[in-house]
Amino acid sequence: MSGNQVSGASAAIEARGLSKSFGERRALSDVSFAAARGELLAVIGPNGAGKTTLLSILAGILDADSGTIAVPGEVGWVPQSAALYRRLTVAENLRLFAHLEQVADVDAAVERMLEQTGLADRRDDQVGTLSGGNQQRVNIAIGLLTAPAVLLLDEPSTGLDPRQRERLWEFVLGLAGGGTTVIYTTHHLLEAERYGTRLLVLADGEDVFDGTAVDLHRAVPGPNGDFEAAFVRFLRERGH
Amino acid sequence: MRWLLLKDLQILRRSPLIVGLLIAYPIALGVLIGFALSADNSKPRVAFLNEVPSDQNFSIGSGDETIDRDLARNQLCSRVECVDVSSRSEAEHKVEDGEVIAALILPPDLLDKLNSLASLDPQQPRVEVLVNQDDPLKASLVDDRIQALVTEANLILSQRISDEASTYLNLLIEGGSFSLPLIGDIDVLGLQRAGAMLRTVARAVPEGSAHASLERVIRFAKLARQNLDFALPILGAVAEPIAVDKQVVAGDTAELDTFAIAVAVTVTLMFVTVLLVAGSLALEREENAFGRITRGLVGPTGLLAEKIALGIVASFAVTLLLLAALSALVSIDWGRTPLILCAILGGGAAFAAFGAAIGGSAREVRASSLLAFMVSLPIAFLSLVPSGTVSATVFHVIEFVRALFPFDAALDTMQGALDAAGPSVGVPLLHLTAVLVAYGVIARLALRRFA
Repeated sequence: MSGNQVSGASAAIEARGLSKSFGERRALSDVSFAAARGELLAVIGPNGAGKTTLLSILAGILDADSGTIAVPGEVGWVPQSAALYRRLTVAENLRLFAHLEQVADVDAAVERMLEQTGLADRRDDQVGTLSGGNQQRVNIAIGLLTAPAVLLLDEPSTGLDPRQRERLWEFVLGLAGGGTTVIYTTHHLLEAERYGTRLLVLADGEDVFDGTAVDLHRAVPGPNGDFEAAFVRFLRERGH
Repeated sequence: MRWLLLKDLQILRRSPLIVGLLIAYPIALGVLIGFALSADNSKPRVAFLNEVPSDQNFSIGSGDETIDRDLARNQLCSRVECVDVSSRSEAEHKVEDGEVIAALILPPDLLDKLNSLASLDPQQPRVEVLVNQDDPLKASLVDDRIQALVTEANLILSQRISDEASTYLNLLIEGGSFSLPLIGDIDVLGLQRAGAMLRTVARAVPEGSAHASLERVIRFAKLARQNLDFALPILGAVAEPIAVDKQVVAGDTAELDTFAIAVAVTVTLMFVTVLLVAGSLALEREENAFGRITRGLVGPTGLLAEKIALGIVASFAVTLLLLAALSALVSIDWGRTPLILCAILGGGAAFAAFGAAIGGSAREVRASSLLAFMVSLPIAFLSLVPSGTVSATVFHVIEFVRALFPFDAALDTMQGALDAAGPSVGVPLLHLTAVLVAYGVIARLALRRFA
């Protein structure tokens, strides 16, 4: 691991020594990192590296076997597949989860998210009738209902076409610009390089790199420019 | 939890086809099963063709006791529902169409042959039975019913003949007047009076061989009278050798209609609740919403409680609807409403927990629906197997399996709630509570795999 880039005092979220096993399989092993307010932290790694497990622990879906998490504010969580009721309308989904999250002013929160996601004109449409991109926007909107300080996005662009992906990242960048710390996992290395202000690389449950995309390039010798090739070389050199 | 319940009801409201099927299918199935069970034990429909001439009758002995064609019909039709037909071909059609389970034809010479039984040239009377043995179960039922009818008819005849024979024996023993056609009244001396007359004569006859012979005749008359006295009760016993003294040592049976209603209601309750709860819980995972819901204030246990509450709400709605519809056809004692509500609550909660365990294990709506059907239907049928129809070992196994599932206890509770003569409600309600807890725990453990 390259070491945390954010000091504990200024971090919007800080995790220390997170470990998690499923039976004999060790999914996470002593993972530590911190992220500052408004930072976009991309968590990348091969399949089975522990990315979703890490986000699930940060979201409170799973309990870590050991380690601590310090988050001063709310944490919003957006699962990989849209966690929505397709028979309910956009507004009904938002209202339901606002009630479940005990949001103080439910109606105001729903209106704010409809406005923020640009779905106000689709508020009475059943979610099942929306495009994949719009469903993902509702999915993210639910994660933002509590106006969280930290937003966790698990593979947010999976299943979206390039145009929908671009609109999604515009929206996410806007959130980060507003001060929300965004931690996202992705298999699209280009998205990690382009949008992530920092990268956390996991392999076999261990955090093997924490730094910028430029730092990753520097860490492995070879031709410049191809981030994907640099990433693969990085993992290979470290035996993953 | 309130918001989740409202959400589920809203989703149901937007799925009219599923709701329609969820309600209509179990109700139709339940009513069919319930009334098929009750119909099986009611009077079967039998076509009846009486070809005996209307002016004929069958008399025994002195002619005081006669059996005419109407009496024969009344006797037969007290045991089955007779459908009168006018010809053999009509009887055949009704049997072939399944309108009746059999046709009974009394031939024109039936009473003639019955009368011949008392003559020197007796001919065995025969009745004709037409059956449609399109399945083994029905064939067995028809055989049993017809055999029972013929046995009863023979019993009635033998009782009449036995009564008549008793009259003759009394006449022989005690003497009296006897009327014969064409000849008129005949005075019969009787063994008692003959014995008394012989004893009087014997006193006047001097001792010797003639007196000794007379004493032998007197002893014979006495012996004959005593033995014929014994014959009278024997004749009665022969007419009905085995009498039935029925005592209930186990089980409380509700009225047949009540049992049918209880079966219909319990089957409906089971399918609606199990399918709805199993599907609804599996839907939380299928929609990927489980993690999002349970990370908030509603934990997995809260979600489970909400699904059981949903099942109970659906149980009340559908069961009361079914009972209201059935009350137009059969009598329901609405004075027992509190007990009926308790039965619905107990059964609904236990079936809901069972459905939650299925939904938690299957994790997909389609798989959970299939599993719910595959498990529930055989359990319902097993619970309807009466004791004595299978070997004792098999029945013990069936009883053990029944106890593991809510159907049997829910059926007992519903019978007890609908009819005061039914089983007590307390014990099956306790059973349902135990089943509710057990399946609740299984469902909660299954939800650990959901995240």
